Amino acid sequence: MKYFPLVWAGLWRKRVRTILTILSIVVAFALFGIIQGFTAALDDAIDGLTDEARLIVQSRVNITEPLPQAFLPRLRAMNEVRDVSPYGFFGGYYQEPRQQINTGAVDIEAWFTILPEWETDPAQMETMMRTRNGALVGADLMEEHGWNVGDTIPLGSSIWTNTSTGTTTWEIYIAGVYHTGQGIPSDDIYIHYEFFDEARTNGQGTVSLYHVRVNDVTRSDAVAQQIDGMFANSTNETQTQNETDFTRGQIAQIGDINFFVNAIAGAVLFTLLFLTGNTMMQSVRERIPELAVLKTYGFSNATVTAFIYAESFLLCLGAALIGLGIAAASFPSVFEALDVLRMPLPMSVVATGCLLATIMAVVSALPPAVRAQRSNIVDALAGR
Amino acid sequence: MRTLNRIWMVTVMNLRSVPQRLGTSFVIVIGMAGVVGVLISMLAMVGGLRQTLVNTGSPDRAVVLRNSATAEINSGLTQETVARILAAPGIARTAGGDPAVTTDMIIGVNHAKLGGSVGALTLRGVSPANAAVRPQIRIVEGRMFEPGLREMIIGRSATNEYADVDIGMQIELREDPWDIVGIFESGDSIESGLLTDTATLLSASQRVVVSSATALLESADAYEQFADTLTTDPTIEVQVQRETDYYAQQGEQLQSILSIVSNVVAGIMAVGALFAALNSMYSAVSTRTVEIATLRAIGFGSASVVISILVEAMLLAIAGALLGALCAWALFGDNTLSMGNIVSSIVFQVRVTPALVVTGIVWACIVGFLGGLLPAWRAARQPVAEALRAV
Repeated sequence: MKYFPLVWAGLWRKRVRTILTILSIVVAFALFGIIQGFTAALDDAIDGLTDEARLIVQSRVNITEPLPQAFLPRLRAMNEVRDVSPYGFFGGYYQEPRQQINTGAVDIEAWFTILPEWETDPAQMETMMRTRNGALVGADLMEEHGWNVGDTIPLGSSIWTNTSTGTTTWEIYIAGVYHTGQGIPSDDIYIHYEFFDEARTNGQGTVSLYHVRVNDVTRSDAVAQQIDGMFANSTNETQTQNETDFTRGQIAQIGDINFFVNAIAGAVLFTLLFLTGNTMMQSVRERIPELAVLKTYGFSNATVTAFIYAESFLLCLGAALIGLGIAAASFPSVFEALDVLRMPLPMSVVATGCLLATIMAVVSALPPAVRAQRSNIVDALAGR
Repeated sequence: MRTLNRIWMVTVMNLRSVPQRLGTSFVIVIGMAGVVGVLISMLAMVGGLRQTLVNTGSPDRAVVLRNSATAEINSGLTQETVARILAAPGIARTAGGDPAVTTDMIIGVNHAKLGGSVGALTLRGVSPANAAVRPQIRIVEGRMFEPGLREMIIGRSATNEYADVDIGMQIELREDPWDIVGIFESGDSIESGLLTDTATLLSASQRVVVSSATALLESADAYEQFADTLTTDPTIEVQVQRETDYYAQQGEQLQSILSIVSNVVAGIMAVGALFAALNSMYSAVSTRTVEIATLRAIGFGSASVVISILVEAMLLAIAGALLGALCAWALFGDNTLSMGNIVSSIVFQVRVTPALVVTGIVWACIVGFLGGLLPAWRAARQPVAEALRAV
């Protein structure tokens, strides 16, 4: 530690060069943190917010293909199943079709058994259960539109026409608010499946998905297979996945994001490693005579090598940490710009970043260190 | 003339000494190659997507959807609505004298991709008039599907992305397997999916409602008349869009996310490369302090020195840009990518075009110029006597 001033002075020997090197490392690690953090945060979110005890049953052909309502009693009769809710895509929007609101027609009681961590006021729930066109609205969505419990809102559907009005606008009564309380945005609307099915002009007796909760999470895969087996070779074959796989599958369909993210992060880091490594090697090379002076004073080879490594670590890790700090600070706004759920920068990415910085420090200090160690004092002093 | 001559001399001398400073020169070249490679790859991706979307759609075609629908997939038109559409004015005629309107039924079909993941192929049922409405669709292998039979044809770009979709293979729908009997090309987003006959698909899935209607108009100008007639008809609830507008709107979100991401990433990388270029030009200048001072001592002006350093920085940057473009082309130049959502996907070609290479070179020149400017200025400002003593 007593040599710290020496290392520090060596680092700032060429002020401009050091500042520029630090800045390029900072930039690269900020970019690395944001890019890599994005996929890592998405992964964390899926792992943390989904539950493998929940299964989702969809048509094998495609998620948009309907399933018959007649599956409900058969699914409910299964031994290991706690509860089942039908789910009908309502295709909801407010005021204009582009302002979409996820609206699901579900069996409200079953829905809250399947999602026990969601909360609603018991009195509001009671109102909901006796209001035919009632709706439970997410707390975030209520706030966004300034709605109050007891309001009746015109909810548009991009798919379904309401028999009583003959239009695609449905009058929905806000019976209550639900809270997810887990960092999941609560911006959906849930209405009674029965009301929805009776009031639509076509498609009666069909369901978009079934949500199932199993009693024992370890039996989740077995139950999923059992469900698919039950409907195999019928005109409505199913594909049952746990919530985690289902969500991953949906994200995978956006495209091969991981490949591109990794390719870009790789290119960024390679470029950076090359540039910085080169600068640092040059810096040490220029100082061979100075290092020889240290050796003349009696510093051992090991100490001089340690100086070079210390300087390299200080530079790489210090700058990398600043870069990762910038990534962490700007992370929430990046997510906001892309309109997905807000997440902190995962620690795993910070750890990977530090590891990379360490590797970078070792790799770029190695050749000059070897050279400094091997150099003979007389030659080095002469600058040869 | 003399000034130009001097600049030329110093610049040439400068460049001749580059091989002696290979290490630091390479730093600029490789750094710029990394930046430009990433920039070009990302722009090629955005450009390929845009090209496919722009190719889809023609101003003399109009798409009719149900009023509240946001896309074909959540739209539905009843038989009565279709009858009104067929009777609207401004529609061109097929060779047989029928209205050139295809009523399409869209369903998503989950299918395994070549990479192993599962994507959604769009299966589009079309009416017999489709040949007149969308003449861009041509069979390149096998034959057309036969209406009434469970047959379909698949787009060339879909075959590049999905597994087990050759002629003779089958795609399982709700009931029976359907045969793939041909491969088509259309150069637009329809090529990312499957085509079959609407009536056959409707009866097989026991439905009566189609998703959309696409009409070929007598001319692009006939659009207003066609659209007004349908949107003012009180008996039906439809929206009409020019096909070009419809597809542009469909891809808007995907495109804007991609361009934001690529610009931000390339922008940040360019800043990083700027620091690197500054760094290596500074060291290039500092190793040549005496040389530059000598030049100035024997009468070469500051301008010659500044320009020679700038030229060197920019040439190295351009060399890097070309290397980066080459890498991007080698890695992604021939790739198809598929992006989409749970109900459909679009397959597009990543295209490294000459225009993109030029963009990359322009970026590199800007970064090279900025990176060379400060060191050049410093070299020109250094007191000659002091610099000569720096040996």
